Amino acid sequence: MIRDQETLNILLDTISRFVRERLVPAENIVAETDRIPDDIVAEMKELGLFGLSIPEEHGGMGLTMEEEVLATFEIGHTSPCFRSLFATNNGIGGQGIVIDGTPEQKAHYLPKLVTGEYIGSFALTEPDSGSDAASLRTTAVRDGDFYVLNGTKRYITNAPEASIFTVMARTDPAQKGAGGISAFIVERGTPGLSLGNPDEKMGHKGSHTCDVIFENCRVPAANLIGGREGIGFKTAMKVLDKGRIAIAAISVGVAERMLEDALRYACERKQFGKPIAEFQLIQAMLADSKAELYAARCMVLDAARRRDQGLDVGTEASCAKMFASEMCGRVADRAVQIFGGAGYLSEYGIERFYRDVRLFRLFEGTTQIQQLVIARNMIRAHNG
Amino acid sequence: MKILVPVKRVVDYNVKVRVKADGSGVDIANVKMSMNPFDEIGVEEAVRLKEAGVATEVVAVSCGLAASQETLRAAMAMGADRGILVETDAELQPLAVAKLLKAVCDKEQPQLVICGKQAIDDDANQTGQMLAALAGWPQATFASKVSIADGKASVMREIDGGVETLSVTLPAVVTTDLRLNEPRYATLPNIMKAKKKPLETVKPADLGVDVAPRLATLKVSEPAQRKAGEMVADVAQLVDKLKNVAKVI
Ligand SMILES: Cc1cc2nc3c(=O)[nH]c(=O)nc-3n(C[C@H](O)[C@H](O)[C@H](O)COP(=O)(O)OP(=O)(O)OC[C@H]3O[C@@H](n4cnc5c(N)ncnc54)[C@H](O)[C@@H]3O)c2cc1C
Repeated sequence: MIRDQETLNILLDTISRFVRERLVPAENIVAETDRIPDDIVAEMKELGLFGLSIPEEHGGMGLTMEEEVLATFEIGHTSPCFRSLFATNNGIGGQGIVIDGTPEQKAHYLPKLVTGEYIGSFALTEPDSGSDAASLRTTAVRDGDFYVLNGTKRYITNAPEASIFTVMARTDPAQKGAGGISAFIVERGTPGLSLGNPDEKMGHKGSHTCDVIFENCRVPAANLIGGREGIGFKTAMKVLDKGRIAIAAISVGVAERMLEDALRYACERKQFGKPIAEFQLIQAMLADSKAELYAARCMVLDAARRRDQGLDVGTEASCAKMFASEMCGRVADRAVQIFGGAGYLSEYGIERFYRDVRLFRLFEGTTQIQQLVIARNMIRAHNG
Repeated sequence: MKILVPVKRVVDYNVKVRVKADGSGVDIANVKMSMNPFDEIGVEEAVRLKEAGVATEVVAVSCGLAASQETLRAAMAMGADRGILVETDAELQPLAVAKLLKAVCDKEQPQLVICGKQAIDDDANQTGQMLAALAGWPQATFASKVSIADGKASVMREIDGGVETLSVTLPAVVTTDLRLNEPRYATLPNIMKAKKKPLETVKPADLGVDVAPRLATLKVSEPAQRKAGEMVADVAQLVDKLKNVAKVI
């Protein structure tokens, strides 16, 4: 749903210009130093990128899903690590509070997420619980006005930077599955919360993950999201429905950038006396990429519009996430191929994207998990 | 002090324009449009003057199609307080725009008008000068620094061989050059707020201005393709070529 086309055009133009003028020139330095320079982080906050999808009543921009994916397409035209820094506030790190938080939790935390004063993280995955998220082992035991948390979370995006964590933990040990899980807001600095060393990753340099460890970590009961036990896994799944559309959108954005770079290279690079773009085998790679990209873009927009209409998008979000992230991987592979040897050298940047986008097929549910979700929903609908 | 900033909607500077097959103009169907970059510098300067407490109100004006409303909204997102759209789908030439702006000035009584030195579509570089003449106001074109004090604007302008500083009595017209400032990114919250700022629409007839073109465009064509350069082996050969082939030394 687009609320006001004119305002949206200006917004998208501004983001696209910021990406082109400020972020693209910083891509190499961010990759080399594994760090986004402070002045760029400050500009990203100033611009308002941390509050894109937080409701207007809490100071954010309250973008609809359709507006947000259009913005994400633009943001995807540079290294995805920039988005990762503010994406958790708009997505998995902030939406738990937006969707299921109590009025007090919203009023306290959302304005700080909007400005970027707080970075939010989402802590679901554990060493022994990844795809099978409902089997998580972190426990939360009620003790007076507190819950005492014990356990370890793994690969948590922005954990080294985060001020607050949305943590899924088991409040009811008798219930092994989803029903025993609750979600908490845990502030950095809470005694008993510690962080592991930043993970060494294949790509996404500039964006950081690490373990988050809870050892008798006492969290005020007021920080139980929604104020009710046992709904935490549902909260996490609602957050991930939105998150999956967002990952699909960033996959489209980055694929557009890679294809643009590959097209430009193909038109400039000459072999056998002419631009390689004139060879039909190169054209096939360009055309296949374009068509798949277009399909993914349409899927993302459709899923986003359905979510804006209030429809259940479990299946569509998984379809879009699976197709768009796999498409992005194929486009990355073809882009490297079109660049030839240059595609393998860091100087040209395309190998960096190739490594960065590998992640899209893994996090917020692997491709296999999306397949399971889609088929499960189909079979459930058939059996009634 | 009130500042009026005219803003024009033009083909975005990143777009490679194509001449229409019939030579009647350039093809702007489905092409990305943006605010003229020199006008953006004008808005930035006006907003800075307001932030510095020198100006009290910044009014953006655009003449042209209804779509120019978006350009006004962009100016308001940067900090202009309100917008005036002189709406027409007639072809507007610099003199017509200058007359429209003169009529708006009569109504609004600004102390300062900050125009871009030229628009990047037709590169006419005439509107600001014509407006100053029609209004009988002093003008300082191609400004690279503007300061206001005691009812005067002190304007540094880049000229051949150096920098000249003019002092003009207000009300006056200033046109911006590239080095005047670096326009800000409108913040996303301000873009949302711009939607709520007042925007008034008038027609040329309401202002009593005849916008009929005075010039006829006969033909538009692509510039000739540049010929490939020539590599020379050494300095001696270069000097020889410059002397005997190009005949420039
Ligand atoms: C850079 C990065 C950032 C991350 N950020 C976060 C974050 O912010 N918060 C968070 O909570 N998590 C985060 N994760 C974790 C991520 O969501 C998980 O890694 C992912 O869900 C997969 O879990 P796993 O690594 O345990 O793999 P596993 O679940 O062990 O899967 C291994 C393989 O087995 C397959 N598989 C598993 N079960 C099945 C099945 N039933 N049928 C078929 N195949 C199956 C998987 O598809 C995969 O191919 C992040 C991960 C990375 C790498």
